[in-house]
Amino acid sequence: MVAMVALVAGCATPTGEVVLLPAPDGHRSVLAVTQGDREVVLDKPYAAAQTTTQGPRAIESGPKDVEAKFGGALAAQPARPQTFTLYFVEGRNELTDESKRVFESVFPDIAKHPVPDIVVIGHTDSVGTDAYNDKLSLQRADAVRDALIQRGIRAGDIVAEGRGKRDPLVATGEGVSEARNRRVEVIVR
Amino acid sequence: MRRWKLALSVLMFAAGSVQAADIGQIKVSSGSVTINRGGQALQGSLGVRVQQGDVVKTGANGSVGITMSDNSLLSAGPNSVLALDQYAFDTTTNQGRFDASLAKGTLAVVSGRLAKQSPGAMTVRTPSAILGVRGTEFVVSANVGPAAH
Repeated sequence: MVAMVALVAGCATPTGEVVLLPAPDGHRSVLAVTQGDREVVLDKPYAAAQTTTQGPRAIESGPKDVEAKFGGALAAQPARPQTFTLYFVEGRNELTDESKRVFESVFPDIAKHPVPDIVVIGHTDSVGTDAYNDKLSLQRADAVRDALIQRGIRAGDIVAEGRGKRDPLVATGEGVSEARNRRVEVIVR
Repeated sequence: MRRWKLALSVLMFAAGSVQAADIGQIKVSSGSVTINRGGQALQGSLGVRVQQGDVVKTGANGSVGITMSDNSLLSAGPNSVLALDQYAFDTTTNQGRFDASLAKGTLAVVSGRLAKQSPGAMTVRTPSAILGVRGTEFVVSANVGPAAH
């Protein structure tokens, strides 16, 4: 019996490892590691699982262990996307004074990236239908994209997107005019 | 069933050949990095755009970092093989699907807009396990050796 247990344990050859990392923004992370009908759920920083030929099992890990095993992959991690949020003067296609300053700060950030690509995302408030706001949000994004191109950013490096009213900064009911939700995000990555 | 599958794959092939959409970009590249795209080997150098189906390989001295269009960050250490198996991303609704797989080596992942919108929209596979990503940063390794039973 003892021999059999040893034999079974000996068969569980490690095939890999998974470690959940702390999110810098403090968001809660969850990762499910599944092998066949067996699952280990990782739900706190440095929770770890070893995958084996007989299914996953929870193991201990920590920053030093992660650096030793995954340092190469982590060192190659691209810079986190940076978000700049721009607001418009009510009813006009013109940035507020504060947002004009934010717009200017985008350029030194772009210059820091060896191969920048920029996503411009338009948002609206909740007044109107999805179809209307999808179009309006894309128009706002296109306007900012044009402004970036005029300042010398390559057109091929900028994508404009419209999220309509799906992603409000401030939650409101339907049909609410809210200046803080009429915005354009410039994401540099 | 088989005929349907065939029709589907022909359709997908046709769509792929007409419009091979860029789904991400190589932001960090050092040492030997190659991309296998439909049987062709390309240099995985800085700034190269990646596409669905690409298999990214790093050599013994290589590493690579990719930013996907949904803001996911994938980076692989030395001696790794990373496949971008399936990718669909609706930039208006944030809905879609991202399936990647690590055949061997090491991979660090920061999930993006897809996983944030729909838990379950992103998976990372190794030869032995499936990782369901629900808004997460993690690292994963896959050993070279016996496959899972």
